[in-house]
Amino acid sequence: MGLLSDPNRRRALISLLTRLNTPICGMPVEWLMKTMQAKGLEVFTQRFSRTLPFPDENKERYMVRGTNVYGILRAPRAPRTEALVLSAPCSPGDNNNQAVGLLLGLAEYFRNQIYWAKDIIFLVNEHDLIGMQAWLEGYHHTNTTGMDWSPLQGRGGSIQAALSLELSSDIITSLDLVLEGLNGQLPNLDLANLFYAFCQKIGVLCTIQGKLQRNDWDSVSGYSHAVQTMMLMVMKQASGRPWGDHGLFLRYHIEAATIKGVNSFRQYKTDATTIGRLLEGMYRKLNNLLERLHQSYFFYLMPSLSHFVSIGYYMPAFGLLAVILLLRALDLWVQLSTPPQRTEDGVTDIEPVRGTHFKTVADLLSLLTPLVISHLTGVALYMLPIRFQEMAVEHFPVSETEAVVLTAIAVYTAGLALPHNTHRLLSGEGTEQGWRVLKLVAVLYLAVLLGCTALINFSLGFILALTLVPVAAFVTPHVPKVLSAFILVILSPACTLLFSVFFFQELQEMPISFQDGWLLFLSVISQGILDHSLYGSLVYPLITLLVYPCWLLFWNILFWN
Amino acid sequence: MAAPLTLLLLVAVTVRAALFRSSLSELISERVEVVSPLTAWKRVIEGLALLDLGVSPYSGDVFHETPLTIYLFHFLVDYAEVTFMVSVKKNVFRKQKFALEADRYPLDCLELIRSPKEMYYIPLKVAMFYLLNPFTILSCVAKSTCGLNNAIIALFILSTIKGNVLLSAIFLSLATYQSIYPLTLCAPALLYLMQRQYIPVNFRRASFWWFIVQYAFMYLGSLFVIICLSFFLLGSWDYLPSVYGFILSVPDLTPNIGLFWYFFAEMFEHFRLFFLCVFQINVFFYTIPLSIKLKEHPVFLIFMQLAVISIFKSYPTVGDISLYMAFLPVWSHLHRFLRNIFLVSCVLLACSALFPVLWHLWIYAGSANSNFYYAITLLFNVAQILLVSDYFYAFLRREHHLTYGLYLKRKDGSEATLVLK
Repeated sequence: MGLLSDPNRRRALISLLTRLNTPICGMPVEWLMKTMQAKGLEVFTQRFSRTLPFPDENKERYMVRGTNVYGILRAPRAPRTEALVLSAPCSPGDNNNQAVGLLLGLAEYFRNQIYWAKDIIFLVNEHDLIGMQAWLEGYHHTNTTGMDWSPLQGRGGSIQAALSLELSSDIITSLDLVLEGLNGQLPNLDLANLFYAFCQKIGVLCTIQGKLQRNDWDSVSGYSHAVQTMMLMVMKQASGRPWGDHGLFLRYHIEAATIKGVNSFRQYKTDATTIGRLLEGMYRKLNNLLERLHQSYFFYLMPSLSHFVSIGYYMPAFGLLAVILLLRALDLWVQLSTPPQRTEDGVTDIEPVRGTHFKTVADLLSLLTPLVISHLTGVALYMLPIRFQEMAVEHFPVSETEAVVLTAIAVYTAGLALPHNTHRLLSGEGTEQGWRVLKLVAVLYLAVLLGCTALINFSLGFILALTLVPVAAFVTPHVPKVLSAFILVILSPACTLLFSVFFFQELQEMPISFQDGWLLFLSVISQGILDHSLYGSLVYPLITLLVYPCWLLFWNILFWN
Repeated sequence: MAAPLTLLLLVAVTVRAALFRSSLSELISERVEVVSPLTAWKRVIEGLALLDLGVSPYSGDVFHETPLTIYLFHFLVDYAEVTFMVSVKKNVFRKQKFALEADRYPLDCLELIRSPKEMYYIPLKVAMFYLLNPFTILSCVAKSTCGLNNAIIALFILSTIKGNVLLSAIFLSLATYQSIYPLTLCAPALLYLMQRQYIPVNFRRASFWWFIVQYAFMYLGSLFVIICLSFFLLGSWDYLPSVYGFILSVPDLTPNIGLFWYFFAEMFEHFRLFFLCVFQINVFFYTIPLSIKLKEHPVFLIFMQLAVISIFKSYPTVGDISLYMAFLPVWSHLHRFLRNIFLVSCVLLACSALFPVLWHLWIYAGSANSNFYYAITLLFNVAQILLVSDYFYAFLRREHHLTYGLYLKRKDGSEATLVLK
């Protein structure tokens, strides 16, 4: 007995799927409620609304209003303490038109089984991530992002695991597993292994990052394919955005993954019933869990579905980069502590020369002023784009999104020109000791910042370390100015982002022209700002409030004289 | 002197007021590094609410402050922020005056003597170190009662330095009443006051014992008065197990920046009493050896004792750390002998940044566990211990140089180096 071995059920599923093949305007809330109730689930809805800080041009929404519909299948003979979630985002158009049908078909099948020990929640969320955020906040009684939602009337227990479905056609050639979540958080590796093992058992092709794994590990091309897959994962993790609806579950310590159905040109095709059997098997395995998945790694990178690089392998690489900064700091400390060479006779200086003594107010000011001004610029970069979008729209012929992004770029570039070298006003020329003290502080600040970032989101920390550490270690006022200024700008966070956009497209084997790349770069910035205000992503505040001021300190050191 | 100090005060008050009004204040008042079960403002409010309802505030295991504190806050609860800022300012003034008095008198080595110009700036530096220390700012914004404890200890130090025996005993008894550990500050106070009155520290002299009896009488008398006053204020003795029993028996194992919680979380019940005694004796144990070694330098002994208390007490917070760090500028002349200052400051900075990160990874993301957080706690405490022992080494070395000269020569005239065995 398996799913859909009964011809009646198969017919019902196909009719559901064909009905959903038509484009839907908005979400058919009443129809969903009626259908779920007919299948024997307890159905509830949740309304939510949110005004974005500026219009989202990728998804074309600004004032979002929607309804989530979810049905709870109660476990027949178990206390209602734990739950599993199966979700399908419902968006207008052909984007995800098969997933809801499959979800309903599965709901009907699951309803007739007796082995469920956990409640299963079938969730259809509108406006994908925004609806999911509203549902999760309502479920866990938190309100971190300022969204307006109606409280949930029905609840299961604490959610143990969740899967999100994205199916755009009823003929599938492979399934893509998406793991990267908000702020680069990943589900437990056990979930990915579970899915892959089950796919192999059923005989469905499974890919990660859209790439199928190869068997020739020893050859150069096989190795480079694996490296490309891993680099794609690094890029996706570093962006800090949730790459599927599952990404928001991870913050609540719920292991979740997104399964995308891909219809490409392959010989062997599977249909929805096989996918249904696959999901049934996954849910039976998750049903048997006695505790939350925590035994395997939480921090890993996957070059393919059957190989992974754990934190014990990749963290030393980052550690070595951080050591460069610490050694440079030690070197500066030693330079600051050696007393200046005296050429006269042994009249010694009474003043102690251990580095951090500030004998005059000027010394202190020449250290504090760059710090304060850099951080104020960072704060300006964080707050101005959104605050002043109305004013920008009045004065320039741009839309709000463009206004926000262009203001951000303008503030970023303006920071390069800030004259925050107060020592020029005070004493005419910066002292040799002054820039060393500033560099010591800046290098230690960068080391601590990168360390903390790498612990939370390794990929972001590593990319920032790769681009910022060499330049931070070598910059002094005495290196050739024009060349170093050019290198410093090329390796600044914004240019790193620009290159990453092109690199990402290269890795996905969809190279784009410079024009398109620039537009994609602008949209990436706007998405980053939106992710921060909608879901609490930390990448945008980190870069603007901490990394950019740190980079400005090095810029200041370069132009010390 | 007044102008920079006023400017400093203005800046400090502005920063604190800005943070009070922002949304960060709730976030900060819940951080375990800043508040402990002894000092949290939430618990004070809870105790006040229970008091208003007529129930003993010590019922249930929520409130662990002393009765005098409840009554103080009963009247001041609306002005809580102002109270904390005032206590910070008072603290600063006391420290300032103390620093002015605490100079050591130079001997023969020119280089090691501090010039009067340097000495002039020390109170300002102490004030700056205390007011602008991020730890103090966090502690103040979280409305932790640690600020009050610090103020009382600062008043005690001031009265000791001024030579006022009665006031010193009273403030010390108040400080001991709040948390037991300042009891160890009796020894440096006695040593300093005896030095001021030219009583030699000699077990055979009658004047030595007579002074000790006097001080003990004043101290124990005021302690007795305060305890009886608390009894009469609340009408029962339940505050004794709730306050002192709590501090000594450590029942609450919420993670903090101290060393107790992890040990006692994984310990078997059978051994709990033994390890409790060991850990508590550890705090008091260093008094006697340090007093013997530093009997001519009671001011430095106060600093060492404060540091030992803040590191080894049962529920430390960053407010306690900022208290002894505020005294570091007083010994700025020891900088040339410090060996590990770079390592220590790097480790302290990195650990302070890593505390919230690993807490987030443990509690919210679920990817780490308590071992990671305790590792950072251990590293933080090791760095503090290294800092304190480095200052001790520098102090002793300077004393040695003052006696034997700065450039050491062996018997045949070649240059010698000093090795600490």
